Amino acid sequence: MKQFLAFVIKEFHHILRDRRTILILLIMPIIQIILFGFAVTTEVKNVRVSILDHSKDDITQNIIQQINANEYLSISENIYTTDEIDEIFRKNKTDLVLVFSDHFDNDLRHSGQASVQIIADGTDPNMATMYVTYLTNILLSAQQSLNSGETLSGKFSIQPVVKLLYNPRMKGAYNFVPGVMGLIFTLICAMMTSISIVREKETGTMEILLVSPVKPIFIIFAKMIPYFALSCINLTSILLLSVYVLDVPITGNVFSLIFISLLFIIVSLSLGLLISTVTQTQVAAMLVSGMVLIMPIMVLSGMMFPIESMPHILQTISCILPARWYIISIKKIMIEGLSIFMVWKEVCILFSMGIFLIIISLKKFNNRLE
Amino acid sequence: MNTSTVIKIQELTKQFGSFTAVDHISFDVKKGEIFGFLGANGAGKTTAMRMLCGLSKPTSGNGTVAGFDINLQSEQIKQNIGYMSQKFSLYEDLKVWENIRLFAGIYGVKENIIAPKTEELLNQLGFVNEKNTLVKHLPLGWKQKLAFSVSIFHEPKIVFLDEPTGGVDPATRRQFWELIYQAADRGITIFVTTHYMDEAEYCNRVSIMVDGKIEALDSPTQLKQQFNAKSMEDVFFRLARKAKRGE
Amino acid sequence: MQTIVVKNINKSYEEAKALNNISFSVEKGELFGIIGPDGAGKTTLFRILTTLILPDTGTATIEGLDVVKDYKKIRTQVGYMPGKFSLYQDLTVEENLQFFATVFHTTIKNNYNLIKDIYSQIEPFKTRKAGKLSGGMKQKLALSCALIHKPKVLFLDEPTTGVDPVSRKEFWEMLRNLRKQGITILVSTPYMDEATLCDRIALIQNGEFMKIEPPQNIINNFPETLWAVKAEHMSALLSDLRNCIGVKSCFAFGEVHHITVDTEILSLESLITFLQKKGHTGIHVNPINPTIEDCYMQLSSSKGNL
Repeated sequence: MKQFLAFVIKEFHHILRDRRTILILLIMPIIQIILFGFAVTTEVKNVRVSILDHSKDDITQNIIQQINANEYLSISENIYTTDEIDEIFRKNKTDLVLVFSDHFDNDLRHSGQASVQIIADGTDPNMATMYVTYLTNILLSAQQSLNSGETLSGKFSIQPVVKLLYNPRMKGAYNFVPGVMGLIFTLICAMMTSISIVREKETGTMEILLVSPVKPIFIIFAKMIPYFALSCINLTSILLLSVYVLDVPITGNVFSLIFISLLFIIVSLSLGLLISTVTQTQVAAMLVSGMVLIMPIMVLSGMMFPIESMPHILQTISCILPARWYIISIKKIMIEGLSIFMVWKEVCILFSMGIFLIIISLKKFNNRLE
Repeated sequence: MNTSTVIKIQELTKQFGSFTAVDHISFDVKKGEIFGFLGANGAGKTTAMRMLCGLSKPTSGNGTVAGFDINLQSEQIKQNIGYMSQKFSLYEDLKVWENIRLFAGIYGVKENIIAPKTEELLNQLGFVNEKNTLVKHLPLGWKQKLAFSVSIFHEPKIVFLDEPTGGVDPATRRQFWELIYQAADRGITIFVTTHYMDEAEYCNRVSIMVDGKIEALDSPTQLKQQFNAKSMEDVFFRLARKAKRGE
Repeated sequence: MQTIVVKNINKSYEEAKALNNISFSVEKGELFGIIGPDGAGKTTLFRILTTLILPDTGTATIEGLDVVKDYKKIRTQVGYMPGKFSLYQDLTVEENLQFFATVFHTTIKNNYNLIKDIYSQIEPFKTRKAGKLSGGMKQKLALSCALIHKPKVLFLDEPTTGVDPVSRKEFWEMLRNLRKQGITILVSTPYMDEATLCDRIALIQNGEFMKIEPPQNIINNFPETLWAVKAEHMSALLSDLRNCIGVKSCFAFGEVHHITVDTEILSLESLITFLQKKGHTGIHVNPINPTIEDCYMQLSSSKGNL
């Protein structure tokens, strides 16, 4: 035990004496959260909606008013013929065109169904989808208010748009906080741990440690502890920042959140360990963790693009990333407010990934030089 | 300035904070001379050599290397010197001829000269069959001989050698020195550091640095007389033992 | 009792043969030197003996323990100083020593006696970071760390490479003192002049031992006649000597050239005459005793490769 303690103390010395690195590790999450939360937002603002109203009745007027009242949408043009649609898109005068069919009011009251058409610019499919979702959302709420106001309630069909139920304002930060958490922990735990183990190989100290009675498992766990501690600090700062600065509430249970985060930190640590066993130089360790972990996490984990809109093959690949499961479960708990039992699948996957990685790394950790 | 003087250093000093690594050293080196630059680890040899090569600016003092001012013309100095050290000499993952080609190019050797001169060099070293060998597959002694030949490929006025023979086997070490002699005969000035005291004997003149100062500078014979010593090793011990600073 | 017994060790890396059928043994309390240039296989041999790598074939035991099977036990009993300075540069002198003491289940206090002579020289700098130490002091710290658990066998891989002659001499004095305390020491070096400080040496070249004997025996058994030649113009002398019939080999050795001669063809007098005819002045020719370096070169040239 004393031996182990000596190791842990040594590791803390290494980390605390490298002022620049520790500063980066502590400040980076804060900057990322703020950056993603405010600057790199994909939030929709000032979406210009043009109206082609063939019906011109009370209901369509009501809907148009609602659109105008919305803080994210504004009515830009009123057009009168279908021919104009193409033109205003080309002149970039609008982002969306909403077309009400003839006799909209009448159809809705009598058959319970009326058709609207939403036309969006498909050149940026992601944004287009987002705009459409916004507009659909307003149409839905209009329907709902109609339903509640009318005696004919229940007659109008309501399409549930699940996504919006949990993030009605489509706030970007909601998606980014779990993503940043996944990224930061992978970076600190996997990358830094692997670098710090490989550094000992590079400087030759590993040679001396191997020719000593110390058990490899001591060396490994002693490496993990400081980064575990560092990750806990970052977890705290990220959660505090997102709640108090970005106004992203923790709707679910905080302890479940912390539990899953700790689980993910451990998985990332073992991932770092695995990387350290297959690389010989610090540069290689950094490249492997950068290319194999960080990049795919940015792209595949649902942090930047929704996983659902990715091709199937990429979705399948993303399944092997621990960060994917972590980010999903954090979204569910933090934003959707689900209990931990609702994410049992993700927890199980992370747990088995962790066990698997630790076993492999311990097996691969060489007690010789070759 | 005497035209045959290629290095002229006056009161050269380098300070790092309150630490004086090189402390007012002055000396001249003549054309074609083999100048041994000795000293214990940390006596300031490397720092002094860096200033001479134009890699670091002196805190005070001045001097010329290959006719250029070390304070003002470091770029010209670099063009006119060769440099070889024990640690970095050649690119391990390039072939023998590729290394020669690369360094010849870096030092601006004319295209039409490179090819015939490469052949000549390989012949001279007996490396003709190794032309396409990766440098990392050469034995250390061969690498060092090749590295030296590459460092004087552009016929520099001076070549700086930083412990060129460390760890090289005894026979190759001697062949290396024979290459040095040949270069010196051609008029190239050799500025060399070494930890082998027998190699100090091969130098025309030797300086011994202790704690940042040059404590002795003369031919090996004169130094041995001056210190009443049997060998250069004895001379070195007498001087270096006086060192105060723990490097 | 023999502390180290090595039998027919072979080791290859890809195409290159690093060690070729190495066998030797080291007595308890012996200071055994492995002398040879870089790339001769010294480090590979040390890594096999310190259980860091496995031999392809052959066996080796340390204190009766097999380097393959009993590696865990061996690791508690040996001290190892690798070729590169391998301590934590960002830890202080004392922290490094403390750490290695704990790793080996001991304390600085317990074995202070053993390291006292060495460590006391760097103790004034114990709060300094190891990376800020000079070459000589780093070496002393590394030796202290390797000794802190009172090992039975000490493996020192090129401890003096790149170190100036003064620090080298001090280091060898330390080794002689340790030997008195009964520690078996296996040390490697590319500096031939250090060979005479060992009890026995092995001359290694291209993965093979050319000779294993006490240094004095190697010198006494030098089969050639060796003369030291000196004249005014040393470089001209070198080429003239090489062209002289009866001179078998000629190498520069500091202020003189060493030549091995066939005495049936060439006598001392005839050589002097020959050199005078070539126009040399200040000629001195003396029969001398060989150094280990002469022996090494003679052995390696008789093996047919330089």
